[in-house]
Amino acid sequence: MAAVLRVPTVLRPAMGNNSVLEVEGSTIGEVLTRLTEAYPGARAQLLGEDGALHRFLNVYVNDDDVRYLGGLDAPVSDHDEITLLPAVAGGFL
Amino acid sequence: MARVASVLELIGSTPIVDVSALSPSPNVAILAKLEGRNPAGSIKDRVALSLVEAAEAEGRLVPGRAGQVLIEPSSGNTGIALAMVCRLRGYHLKVVLPANVSPERRQLLVAWGAEIIESPGAEGSNGAVRRAQALAAEHPDWVFLYQYANPANPRAHYTTTGPEILADVPEVTHFVAGLGTSGTLMGVGRYLKEHRPGVQVWAVEPPSGEVVDGLRSLDDGYVPPVFTDNGGADLLDRKVIVRLRESVEWTRRLTEVGLFTGLSSGAIMAGAVKCARSLGDEPATIVTVVCDDGWKYLSTGAWSDDVDDVVERARTTIYF
Repeated sequence: MAAVLRVPTVLRPAMGNNSVLEVEGSTIGEVLTRLTEAYPGARAQLLGEDGALHRFLNVYVNDDDVRYLGGLDAPVSDHDEITLLPAVAGGFL
Repeated sequence: MARVASVLELIGSTPIVDVSALSPSPNVAILAKLEGRNPAGSIKDRVALSLVEAAEAEGRLVPGRAGQVLIEPSSGNTGIALAMVCRLRGYHLKVVLPANVSPERRQLLVAWGAEIIESPGAEGSNGAVRRAQALAAEHPDWVFLYQYANPANPRAHYTTTGPEILADVPEVTHFVAGLGTSGTLMGVGRYLKEHRPGVQVWAVEPPSGEVVDGLRSLDDGYVPPVFTDNGGADLLDRKVIVRLRESVEWTRRLTEVGLFTGLSSGAIMAGAVKCARSLGDEPATIVTVVCDDGWKYLSTGAWSDDVDDVVERARTTIYF
């Protein structure tokens, strides 16, 4: 049992060119730690030097931004869908 | 207000309509503020006027003086609103516009006399911001209002949109709006929280992050200074992402209550419905925003074509 993680184009080269991964962990912090173990080259793109989320990375669990759900402590359950998206100047402009 | 001296006096004071027929909960009311009623057609009229008036107050722009040039990145509505204001004030506006916006936006910019500078479509608004910054640095005589960092942007909403909402919907419990420059969320959110401390502010992230593939690395990302300068991470209570398909579907659903809106308003309505669902049976009153009307988006086929086709086209055209 695992959650599904969607990888944005910009992060795929550092994550085995995968667009979708199955990931394990009960919190976002655990999921990201395991990802950085599996893909050490992605670490600098996922986490800042202080260990917090990279400032230009948005992480969503079932379409909810984890920064407002406890950050790295945000819970993850089996079958959850985790989406990583770069923070960009977006729409509504 | 039946007779005014200038079209600029028609900016703001927009109506709010009850769209609770679309609410998933009988206890949760949803009210939509119709910003398409602004004269240049969107919520950005408020911002454009505020940006220009602030620059005039600072002496960066002088009405009537010849040869004044402004530059601004925009995927549409800010550029269109600024073009209208600049036309009335006599300023020449250059808009850095991603190449892949819907053709109506380009035509509206031309209608109000703006000059269009294209930025690569694959880079989305991010690319337009970078290009405008570079051009502004090369041409220090051009006035760069920079909506993403200008305090006059959230101030427009703090001084007009927020008070209008509270006056019309004093029972508001939630405010749901789209996250672009974050000006609406920061301005309205701060005003509502100061006057109704229990109000929850929800941001809807448009699906553009899925579409923009032009980033070389995550370090090319961008968070608007308006968001960080206003303590956005503390001001917001939740942020949800809405998918392209949901945005199109909710744009269509809004016609059930008589509203013909742009696709970003469909995205925001989808976010308001998520907010309502999260509340269960709890009584609540959500205020949300219809940013603009649907006219500029007819070429997308959003109302007439197969949803799959519309979604597929939206991956290469900026609809938000």
